[in-house]
Parts: sequence; structure tokens; C-alpha cells
Amino acid sequence: MRCGVVTFPGSNCDHDVYHVLKHVLSQQVGFLWHDKADLKGAELVVLPGGFAYGDYLRGGALAALSPILEAVREHADNGGLVLGICNGFQVLLESGLLPGALRRNRSLRFECRDVFVQVERADTPWTEGYEEGRVLRLPIAHGEGNYVASEADLEVLEETGRVVFRYCDTDGNVDEESASNINGSQNAIAGIVSSEGNILGMMPHPERCSEAILGNDDGLALLATAVGAATEVLGLSR
Amino acid sequence: MAKKTAKKGSVRVRVTVFPRPEILDPQGKAIASALERVGFDKVSEVRAGKSFDLDLEGVTEADAREVAEKMADKLLANTVVEDYSVEILDAES
Repeated sequence: MRCGVVTFPGSNCDHDVYHVLKHVLSQQVGFLWHDKADLKGAELVVLPGGFAYGDYLRGGALAALSPILEAVREHADNGGLVLGICNGFQVLLESGLLPGALRRNRSLRFECRDVFVQVERADTPWTEGYEEGRVLRLPIAHGEGNYVASEADLEVLEETGRVVFRYCDTDGNVDEESASNINGSQNAIAGIVSSEGNILGMMPHPERCSEAILGNDDGLALLATAVGAATEVLGLSR
Repeated sequence: MAKKTAKKGSVRVRVTVFPRPEILDPQGKAIASALERVGFDKVSEVRAGKSFDLDLEGVTEADAREVAEKMADKLLANTVVEDYSVEILDAES
């Protein structure tokens, strides 16, 4: 699959995503510079983590108005796959492609560690490589990942099953008040999809845990599923 | 700090952005506890916001307000978690 990784000034996970897509999953990948509304034929577009535009004003706020986002929006409107990781999730929220916002972490600290999330939906274009209910160990690294949405938006997300990942403990228990909900997110939300499922925004970094040699490959199935390579890479029957 | 008066023919507006009252403001909380620690014991709450001073050229005061509100909706505030207000600081025509 042709994949495009968007680079904003201040992105710092773009090369990690590129590496996994290209060298681990053997896909065609190119970087997409922020100031051109051109996706160069990419079928999967990734908005990577980092500090786009230095997080000036608010994380993701200026990136959401950049030329490339016009192309991303058009791609998404046509059902194209868009993945926003960490700062990329912020960009998706600021651009209105997904509902809600991210506030400062409840702890007031930048949290950089492995956390556990539960796969709540295994029937999205992103998660078919997992079993529903599986607990993944994924790294996070963010100061603002405390998800919040209006009451109405939250209700829609929950009723239509658009929460894909929730923070949980090692056994998969979800408790919004507990420390397992690392940043204090409403309903312990770690990742959501658009109504059509083609846009996924998440705080944890699957690209940082996609190789066994690095100690953890829990994130690989996500990227493999997205590029349609889950069967080959993971030996899945579906 | 910018000059107080707007250039001739322009309107200076101030957009003030605050986290919504129902949204926990961790920065404000941290500032409040720091103030308390250094002896300001009358502080019961702090809300941390930000403000933007903008000079708009060739517009009327009413236009300036409308444009500032549009800018706040589009970029200066994230209305999911923030409220804003617009104030005309100086208008000279």
C-alpha cells in the first residue's frame, strides 16, 4: 500500500512510522511536507507524534490549518485511511476530523512510560489483527493526553462504539479514576475512530512497539492491519 | 507590551481565552497552590487563560468585533474546552 507520513516542523515520530511501514511491513512510504496540499497518491496517511509548529497556541492548533490538512480532509471525506498518533491525534481533534479535545494530563506531568490499553473494537480497519478485549502494552509520551468531549459527543462516541482503545490495568480492568487511566481521560479513552471508521486518533505509539527485537511488538498488528498486510505479517486467517 | 493605542485607521481588539468553568484547569490549580505556598492565603481559585491583542486595519468597530469572534472560533480558542471574549481596546477612524 502507498503510505504517506506527514512531516510538520516539529514532528519527531515521522521517521519511526516510516521505518515500521517501510522496513518492517515492506510498504511504499514517502514523507509529505506540511506546506503542500498533496498526498502524492498515499492511501494511508499518518499524522505522527511530535510538537508540530512547536505546539504554539495549542498542541495541533496551527497544524490543523496547514495546507496538507486540506488534502488530508479531502482524503478522509472520500473514505481514505488517516491515522493520527499522539500529536497527530491532537491535529485530528483541532481540525475537527474527530470530536473532542486533549487537556493537560491530570498529573500535570509529561508522562513517558508503557501503559495498558484494551482493544474494545476489533472490527475496524485498524484493529482486525487483534482479538476484542485483548490488553496491549503500548508506550505513551505526552503532556496533554487528557481526552475530553462535550456530553453530546461523548454519548455519540459511546453509543456508536467508536471508542477503540481504553486505558486499563494489566488485567484489562478499566477505571477512569485509577492510575491506570494515565492522563485522566474521560471514560479512560485512549483512541477513537470516525463514524465511518477510516480515521483513527490515539495517544499511545504503536510505531514504537512494532519489533520484537525492541522488546515489544504489540503495536505491529495495528499498522499491519491498516496497510492490509495483517494476514501475511501476523499469519492471521482473516 | 504593545503600544496602547492602535494605529490611525485601525482598531485594536483584545481576545481573551479561558478554560471553560466546568473544565478542570490544572495550570490554574498549580499556580494557586504555588501562591498559597508563598503566603498568599486569600487565593481561593486561579484560572489561567491567555489573551491576544490584534490590530485590524480598514474595519469599523462592529466589523472588528465580528472578525475577532470568527478568528476566536476558528483558531484562537478551542471551543470544546475554552470560552472567549472580545473587547475593543482602541478605535480611531
